[in-house]
Amino acid sequence: MSTLTSLARAEAVRAGRAQPIATVRHVHVHDRPLVLVPLTLAGEANAPLAAMVGDDPDKPRLLVVAQPRNRDQRFAFATALAGVIVSYADGFTARVEAVAGDRARDIRVRFADAPQIVVPNPGGVDFARLFGRSTRFRRSYGDYAVDPAVPMLGRWLTFFAERAEYPGSCLLLAATEALALHWATGQSLVEDQNLAALLGWIDPPVGLTGAQAAVLAEDAGTWPPAGPTTDPTFDSTVLAPLIQAGDVPGLEKALTAQLEPTWGLVWRAVDRLRALPAGPRVAGRWDADKEAYTAHVQHLRDGGPPQPRRDSATAAAQRLNRLERAQASYAAQRAFDDPLVLAEYRLAGEAFVGTVTAAEPERVEGAGRSRKLRPHIVVSTADPVRLAPGTALVAPTRSGQKATLIAITGDGVLLELSGGMGRAATPAPGTVPEVGERICYSSLTDGYQPVADFPRREDTPWTHGGPPAGYDPAPVGDAADAAATDTVAADAAEEWS
Amino acid sequence: MSDVEARLARIRGTAPVREHTARTIAALTTNPGCDRRAVLDAAGIDKQKLAGYVEFPVPSGQSPFAISRGNAFEAQVKADGCAGLLRLLGERLGLPVPEVSYADLAPAGTGASLDARHARTRELLAEAAAAGPDGGVLLDHPLLRLDVGGRAAYLEPDLIAVRLRGRFHVVEIKSFAVIDGQADGRKVAAAATQAAVYVLALRGLLAELGYGPETVADEVVLICPENFANQPTAALVDVRRQLTVLTRQLSRLARIGDLIATLPADLTFDLGAAGAQPEPGCGGGEHPPRFSDDSAVPGRPVVEVVGALHATRARYAPECLDACELAYFCRDEARGQTAALGRSVHDELGGVPDVAGVLDLAAGTRVPDPDQAEAAELLRLAARLRAESLASAL
Amino acid sequence: MSTDVLPAVLADLRSGLHRGVVVDSPPGAGKSTLVVRAAAELAAGGDPLIVVAQTNEQVDDLVVRLADAVPDATIGRLAAQDYQAPARIRDRPAVRVGRKLAELPGCGIVIGTAAKWATVGDRVWPWAIVDEAYQMRSDMLLRIANLFDRALFVGDPGQLDPFSTVDIDRWTGLTWDPMQSAVAVLLSHHPTMPVHRLPVSWRLPPTAAPVVARAFYPFAGFEAGTVAGQRHLEFTARASGTASAGPLDATVDLAADRGWALYELPARHAVRTDGQAAAACAELALRVLERGTVAYSERDPAGVPVTADRIAIGAAHRDQVAAIRSVLGTAGDGITVDTANRLQGREYDVTVVLHPLSGRRDASAFHLESGRLCVLASRHRHACLVVARAGIPELLDAHPSTEPVHLNVPVKFPDGWEAHQATMSHLERLRIRAVS
Repeated sequence: MSTLTSLARAEAVRAGRAQPIATVRHVHVHDRPLVLVPLTLAGEANAPLAAMVGDDPDKPRLLVVAQPRNRDQRFAFATALAGVIVSYADGFTARVEAVAGDRARDIRVRFADAPQIVVPNPGGVDFARLFGRSTRFRRSYGDYAVDPAVPMLGRWLTFFAERAEYPGSCLLLAATEALALHWATGQSLVEDQNLAALLGWIDPPVGLTGAQAAVLAEDAGTWPPAGPTTDPTFDSTVLAPLIQAGDVPGLEKALTAQLEPTWGLVWRAVDRLRALPAGPRVAGRWDADKEAYTAHVQHLRDGGPPQPRRDSATAAAQRLNRLERAQASYAAQRAFDDPLVLAEYRLAGEAFVGTVTAAEPERVEGAGRSRKLRPHIVVSTADPVRLAPGTALVAPTRSGQKATLIAITGDGVLLELSGGMGRAATPAPGTVPEVGERICYSSLTDGYQPVADFPRREDTPWTHGGPPAGYDPAPVGDAADAAATDTVAADAAEEWS
Repeated sequence: MSDVEARLARIRGTAPVREHTARTIAALTTNPGCDRRAVLDAAGIDKQKLAGYVEFPVPSGQSPFAISRGNAFEAQVKADGCAGLLRLLGERLGLPVPEVSYADLAPAGTGASLDARHARTRELLAEAAAAGPDGGVLLDHPLLRLDVGGRAAYLEPDLIAVRLRGRFHVVEIKSFAVIDGQADGRKVAAAATQAAVYVLALRGLLAELGYGPETVADEVVLICPENFANQPTAALVDVRRQLTVLTRQLSRLARIGDLIATLPADLTFDLGAAGAQPEPGCGGGEHPPRFSDDSAVPGRPVVEVVGALHATRARYAPECLDACELAYFCRDEARGQTAALGRSVHDELGGVPDVAGVLDLAAGTRVPDPDQAEAAELLRLAARLRAESLASAL
Repeated sequence: MSTDVLPAVLADLRSGLHRGVVVDSPPGAGKSTLVVRAAAELAAGGDPLIVVAQTNEQVDDLVVRLADAVPDATIGRLAAQDYQAPARIRDRPAVRVGRKLAELPGCGIVIGTAAKWATVGDRVWPWAIVDEAYQMRSDMLLRIANLFDRALFVGDPGQLDPFSTVDIDRWTGLTWDPMQSAVAVLLSHHPTMPVHRLPVSWRLPPTAAPVVARAFYPFAGFEAGTVAGQRHLEFTARASGTASAGPLDATVDLAADRGWALYELPARHAVRTDGQAAAACAELALRVLERGTVAYSERDPAGVPVTADRIAIGAAHRDQVAAIRSVLGTAGDGITVDTANRLQGREYDVTVVLHPLSGRRDASAFHLESGRLCVLASRHRHACLVVARAGIPELLDAHPSTEPVHLNVPVKFPDGWEAHQATMSHLERLRIRAVS
């Protein structure tokens, strides 16, 4: 957190409701998202208990595992969940769009839309990751065969969970995190993990303050936990007797009562977010999500293997590189889209907004062939500039032009400009900021970042353990199967209570 | 009885002493700056009961499914004299396990007393330590003792494995899963701190027998189910860091007298008749206690108990909600404080302790003390940037 | 005990038993000298060799030192497109600068940054020396490790760890975790790889070496290369008579006498850019200048004035650095003011340190990181003056221990909390209180 967000929290305390920390929406909100609210059985390793899922707020689909420790029932749940999730995720392949590549002739095609799953909280993302892990290596033949939809579900859930790690991706959203990106409440981040309490601050019921609404929301009797963990009191007083008795209608009724409030909250969160105006760069990030979706569908169609259990050395390094590049660009894009986010950088002295008070647009350096246009401008600002001389800055409104900080004087910040002024001996009209213009400069850039080179998997160096053992240039068969055999064998002992 | 003990007894009042467990000792490290907690723990006061009494009950305890799963897993690991466990130690950790005998210090149904079990533990450990590096013993249900702020706490590690690689190892069995080599870092940390308490106690016992601290490994063996099935796996966890922190906090607890001296002389948390009810399931239980309904018993006026609580200084942080039975009371008390909004918020707002002060300084409606001049400047700048940014977006 | 570990290092490297050798170097223990000597020895064997450092400045420093040490060798300086060779490189006829390997034919030793080496492919050198290997991330090593058969990895394990802008635990527990340091990953795959240690700090005086060793190198340890009395500071100007300057002068005097001093401001929770603390840092540095401080040492037995370029002020955050610079003004021209990150590898006669925990109520992992304090507390040849508000021991005692523990991840020692405790318990004995 930062001073600015903390101040917004303090304001929320006094105002009795959450305060905005964003002026635009930074996440993509789908026209038809799929909401998934999963519950697991306490004490078990991600054993599903129930889920409420669907793309229509009025028509939730309830899935229940009457005996959560029973392997067959668990896979029946997975098959049913696959019926909803895989068909939803597969359902955006009808329309394609053409995209220009780096060169004009390179035209690629990608799907024109992509799926979006919304879960209540980061626990829901973990559920997707772990349930993906426990199902994607299953086989639909041989001993312990499962429905072919089960491994497919696992591969989709894993895809969504991996994209959720990617800064700026919106294929899988946790409602609490998406909301917390836009509002500061008058409580702590720890308490914001409770979706009901968070929405209580953002949208307090008539007659209540956010603080009062949040206290009410903490009562597990009225607002059951948003999962995947259930309320221990519910477990002992309601769930245990019903499971014991094998009372399926009773279970469905009880679990519906646990899930429905959260189902409603997630849709409310979606509506609240949708009501915000989208930031200009949100669509570009959704395009990247469409690319990832297209690549995953293609991988499945090509008969590619399931995602490995852990990244190899080369895969890990490449993924980290992608994530760091995405992180840098996401941070810059949010600041460029949103003055409130930019204000964080201004307060830290890494960006400033001011007025041009002097300009020397035709200033040149060198002579003859090395003659270069190097205009100087002075920007007067009340912001606390803490940038060192020599730092390269960019104005979001003039991204093709570099400004080098020369000095900070009593009059303002002296900048030297290069680039983006045309080819003539004097700058093209409008390419040098004019006296009186209000302008923002920062060291943030959303420019092109070259992709780093990494060794191929089979060239993993000795320092990192050498090529992975049992490496097979076509890992479709062996590597995937070996993993599957392992887990299938271990699974035989799964039912034990 | 020393002055400090007498004073603590008065603070506790007529209620029975709530004994320390490994879990409560481990909790000493989660918020060591809290005087309120330090006093209540030192006096052996049942914080859960106290919280319920002042009408801020802890919402809920542990699910019966989690408890039965934990018990079943522990039973599975210990089945057949820990045969499976020994194989695991050899295969997974490469610990040579020669000729190991198994001794259960509290076989089901025997109901041996705490003192008897502790004496028997000591006897068996003395024998094993004297036997040299070749004789291996697995002690099940051992009972150790640790001095916590002048009171003896009885501790019950899951297992003690004797003389693996020549050292005693504490074995901790937990039912959270290790998936593809990874487990929840907070759960591992809790297990490591708890196991470190056992290491300290075991070292204390062996020191009495004349053996040095190096006799007990500072790596503990953690046994957890692997992936999504129920097969156990083992990992060694280095608890040196936890040992340092625990040792330091235990030594601070020993100086509790300094803290008590600053409190009102008549301070007590006596609940009257309501507090004298014996608490069921005391001692040895490592699961967090469940909320027990103890209404209807007439006792001391609640307002007096609240007053006693206010006389001790709490250091509330939102993380307390997961770690302390009194947290909901302290949260209510801390409303309006910047630290209640998050541990870092106080520092981010320039060290101004209260929300009203922050907002007034930010708005320029309060003249800052000389000490707060810089904070005021920071807050005014932040407020200006917020207002300007919100306005420019309209 | 022999203090020259180079023969043993080279013997291990040439034995053919190991593909790599690690040399741990505490602050000022002659790491660069070792790198240069090892390079000279390997080059003398006739095999071509590459040297990898982390920043352009480190590379240029090594180029200059190597050119001096091996005057008859041609040294290649592999550089990025926009690299401007500084004068100290341009002046040397035996050094060639190239953007590509093809521009450096006949160079027996080629030096570049790790990032530049990562763009070079399809050639394998018999030897490499990797400098500042603890500051290099594992994923960078992965990109360059196919360039060499065998390598010497040199670095300081006590300094700041490499970091990442993304915060995920996807790879924790993997031996090839890309967020770990290059050495951590190397040793987890090669647990029997020899690790040598440079046993003597030639920078830290006898007053500092035991303190820094105990707090930050609790297992390896090291000693000072000088003994008590070999170095001392003298003042040619008298202390100021004013009341407010009294404690400042007393602090400078104490630091000159004992090697350390803590200038303690009254307890207060303050903003990060605490004006009083920033001013105290600047004033202490200026007092050292104004007192006409002269440093006597084994290097300069006749004494050498402690001029501005021999003084540094260090802080944790960039905004603190900016605040100190602005108070320092022109009177402090030439005094280095920088963050711990950027002071790594640097050396001064006298340092002033704004304690990372000064004025705080709660410590974050950033502020507690042992490497940060280690860098700040180990840059000086004579004396280190620490500025802090009262209350740090209380903050440390109240600090909650809630860090997650991960399976199969070696615990890093020292722990920041412990290192801070150890350092504070030494400084508290050398405390001067500011006039409040």
